[in-house]
Amino acid sequence: MSSSANKKAIQALAETISKKVEHFNKKEVECLIWRFNALLEAQKHSDGSVSGLDRNQFKVVLHNLFEMTDDFIMDRVFRIFDKDNDGFVTVEEWIQGLSVHFWGTLDEQKRYCFHMYDLKGSGFITRDDIFLLLKDSFHLRLEEEGREDDYQDEQDEINELMEIVLKKMDHDKDGRLSFQDFEKSVKKEELLLEAFGSCLPNFRKKFEQQVLEKQQDE
Amino acid sequence: MGVSLSKAAQWTTFSPDASKLKSTPTNEALLKEILTFVEQIGSQHPQEADFTFEAPLQWRTTVVTSDLKSDYHIRDSTAWSHETDSREAPPLLTPFTVRVRSLGQLSMLIQAAEDKKLEEVQACLEVGSRLFCCPSLKSDAQYDPDFMKVEMDFLQFCSEGDDRLLKSVRYTSDFEFWNGCRAPPWRQAQGEICYVVIESVDTGSLNVTCCTAGVFLNGVGGPGALFISNSRKEFILNSAAGVTLWLLLFHTYIMYIHSVTCRLRDCCSFRKTSSKATLAELSSETSSESEEEEERPEHQPESDFYLSSEFLQIKKLVKYLKKGDQKVTLLMLCCMLDLDLTQDSCNLAIRDEGGLQFLLNLLDTNEDKCKIGALKILIRMSRCVPIQRSMEDMLGVRSLVNNLDSEVTKVKALAAETIANVANFPRARRTVRQSGGIEKLIKLLDCFLKSQKKSDHLENMEAARCGALALWSCSRSTKNKKAICSAGGIPLLGCLLTSSLESMLIPVVGTLQECASEESSRITIQSKDIIKNLVKNLRSNCTDLQIQCSMALFKCAEDTETRDLVRKYKGLKPLVELLNNTNNKELLAAATGAIWKCSISIENVLIFQNDKVLESLAGLLTAQPEEVLINVAGALTEFLQVPANKAVIRKCDGIKPMIQLLLSTNQALLVNVTKAISACATDRENMKIIDELDGISLLWSLLQNPNPEVQASAAWAICPCIGNSKDAMRTVLSFQGFGRIPDLLMSTNNEVLASICAVIAKLAKYKNILATLTDLGIVSLLTKLTNTKDDRLRHHLSDAICHCCQFANNTAAFGEAGAVEPLVRYMKSEDILVRQSATMALFQLSWDPNNNLTMLSRGAVKVKSLTDEVETKQVFFCSGNMTPPFSRHGN
Repeated sequence: MSSSANKKAIQALAETISKKVEHFNKKEVECLIWRFNALLEAQKHSDGSVSGLDRNQFKVVLHNLFEMTDDFIMDRVFRIFDKDNDGFVTVEEWIQGLSVHFWGTLDEQKRYCFHMYDLKGSGFITRDDIFLLLKDSFHLRLEEEGREDDYQDEQDEINELMEIVLKKMDHDKDGRLSFQDFEKSVKKEELLLEAFGSCLPNFRKKFEQQVLEKQQDE
Repeated sequence: MGVSLSKAAQWTTFSPDASKLKSTPTNEALLKEILTFVEQIGSQHPQEADFTFEAPLQWRTTVVTSDLKSDYHIRDSTAWSHETDSREAPPLLTPFTVRVRSLGQLSMLIQAAEDKKLEEVQACLEVGSRLFCCPSLKSDAQYDPDFMKVEMDFLQFCSEGDDRLLKSVRYTSDFEFWNGCRAPPWRQAQGEICYVVIESVDTGSLNVTCCTAGVFLNGVGGPGALFISNSRKEFILNSAAGVTLWLLLFHTYIMYIHSVTCRLRDCCSFRKTSSKATLAELSSETSSESEEEEERPEHQPESDFYLSSEFLQIKKLVKYLKKGDQKVTLLMLCCMLDLDLTQDSCNLAIRDEGGLQFLLNLLDTNEDKCKIGALKILIRMSRCVPIQRSMEDMLGVRSLVNNLDSEVTKVKALAAETIANVANFPRARRTVRQSGGIEKLIKLLDCFLKSQKKSDHLENMEAARCGALALWSCSRSTKNKKAICSAGGIPLLGCLLTSSLESMLIPVVGTLQECASEESSRITIQSKDIIKNLVKNLRSNCTDLQIQCSMALFKCAEDTETRDLVRKYKGLKPLVELLNNTNNKELLAAATGAIWKCSISIENVLIFQNDKVLESLAGLLTAQPEEVLINVAGALTEFLQVPANKAVIRKCDGIKPMIQLLLSTNQALLVNVTKAISACATDRENMKIIDELDGISLLWSLLQNPNPEVQASAAWAICPCIGNSKDAMRTVLSFQGFGRIPDLLMSTNNEVLASICAVIAKLAKYKNILATLTDLGIVSLLTKLTNTKDDRLRHHLSDAICHCCQFANNTAAFGEAGAVEPLVRYMKSEDILVRQSATMALFQLSWDPNNNLTMLSRGAVKVKSLTDEVETKQVFFCSGNMTPPFSRHGN
């Protein structure tokens, strides 16, 4: 494909996608497509067939562009972006995901984050979910020492920690966090939006500068 | 308490020569705890770490030079600390012996010991116990029965609970004498207070004698374990530093065993005291800026706070805050925001659990979300005064300043708001300046003013608002005012004045107002736009803003142009309207202040008088706080410069309250009131009232005031009174206060001298008084003053000499004392008033032939080209007097 034809194709694609998403204009969508293609290009070397970003490549993107570090959370983000569950994030899924989840309104982000922490899709963030989300927070020292007694101590500590968290966020006292609980907590303190792990871009200004604004200039 | 400690650590013997720690589980726990403490000294208590011992702490060591890191100068098997000059200071480490001079050195050395840490601490402690047992401390601090009771209560507290140290603590006698002692009277004569038996958990009982000199163990042969309580802080700081160290160590131990005791606080205040001493010694700038600083004692939380669920919650939260990864940290930060951070006890507990340090450490990371959470907590904690000091001690102010350049606007805003709270005391304000904070705060204002994008507008505005708040706090230090001005802050603040947001305007005007105390900044502030906007905001609905604006005008209107600008922008009327807020005293003080300064321009007084301001002001002379009265009196003085107003003040009964204010003790108020009375007294009708109220004697008694300013302004006020009072002579003669005049003539303050000379000139008109003054040796006292170069003094001095010549042979006496020669020199003065009064004085002096000769020899006649008619006339008279010797000579 010649570069001008390529450009046209991208513009046409941007046209269609920008009608479907809310928070980006056509120009921005175009930039995102360019960036997506560039990322795809990088992936091609290892794998011949390409229908989108695979899990690993996607995680690299999350790490590099959005400064995410938590592996567990990045897996969750991939699952949520990959709507059709085919193991790849396509260009449309990529832009849709960015639009709703990362660029969305606070309400959209609340839903996204809640969904992120509701590991089993039960509609609640249960004790088990919280345990899984927080257990790694003490994980490092477990490996270092690896003794039975310490393991028990860790368990106790995580349990105590869960009690503290539930006391704060479980407003209806049913031992799990409903969306209403979550929403109420976030309303009171916005930092709780990412209570159980950073899953939103770290101050998206940087991303805007790197991806959106920079490419607009080109 | 000390006894309990020496008992807790199980020494093999109490003999001072061979104290060895037994190897028991208790001792091991104790050692471990002390070790942890010592290792953390450098990071947790940096200032204490610098505290230098008077005598080095020395013990036998197994540490060798190869264990040491690069922080030391090492030669062969000897090492010197980096901090000391290797040539002069004794070595830190020689084979088998170590000498440390500060807690910091101790900490570093123990860390170098690697796996022998515990042994080192033990060796150190064993030596310490010898130090400890050795009563080399000469104390003038005396213990009393009440103090002993407090100590006993604590010891008894130690003997309660499951983890108790002591089995029991009891007095040997249940009978208590009226003076609180339990020792028999004949032993009391020896200074003994009571005897106590202490039983510890796993050793035998211990008999202790408490006496005024300290606490001693019985039967150890001579004075045994002397212990000094830390409630005598002055004593500790003067004592051998070795003991200071042990106190710290042992307190940590006590804290560990009884983390719920109320003694926690004691230890903290102790820490503070020691850091204060260090600062005073090490930092020279502290003294310059600490003059405004006052140490407030920390509020001591109720002891049952440490048993409350709130305290346990704090402990838990801080524990996980420190322990978890950033995810947990963020969660804990959110939970901590639910704590009642308006309570000092909560804040202090967070600090003492190590939470404050951790929060401050978060500021140095890249975790912006954690930073935001931490800052939200710090903003609230920093409203608590002891926390402000701790934050500065923990180097938190620097971290806050560093965050003012964050990429995240929210972080900048929160950091600035925290600085606004912390910069409540001089040392923190200095740190902000020294770490470049002033420039960064000003940059926040600049960012907002330059920000174009609408999306960022609100965020940038919040940052600018917080920046202004911080600048406002910082501007309370003189050097910061200058820094704000020289960094170009004032024009930016001026631009922000156009804002319509009160929350923005108050700190902006507040900062401008503070800066206006500095003359250099005032020039920049007195620009048209700033004055215009200040005037505009006088009409705001927000009282705080009105206060700040009035205060700014008060400071700026010292300058004529500003006064004209205030008039031009119609600012006088709103100032007058503010006088109606008689309930808000702060506002009233600010408004009267602005009116005072504005009324220095007569044009403004005339406008003020359209609104009958003089009448309103006279109404404010009673039942107001001193701040208001000072300004009202100042304003009245200016108003009374307009002759018509002298009748007005009489008609509105303003004189009586003024005279009553002469009984005040506030010196600034006295200065202003005497000035106002002085302006009143030039009117004869007013003077009648002053006489009726015995105003002259009240003024005269103010000559006794120690403040020279009060003395002078009282003396100036006396002058018109004497001139205008019908029976002034009777009044003045009726009190025997002349003795004060010779004293005041020996003052070093020229203003006092000039005013007293003026009073003498007035009094000398009455022969009786002049006779008394002459007896008091006034001639020689006045003559002594003639060498002055101060024209104002010269003028009144010449006047006084002139009038004193009227009595007996004073004329000759002045001549003999040598007054003529300097007066002749006064004729060369640039000041016409000096020349006039000197001529008059010389004229009087010329009645004495000898003086005439002196004048002639000094060339008095041709001294000056005559520029003034009066002067010419006087010189003519003078020459007239001079003729006789000539003619006599001729004959």
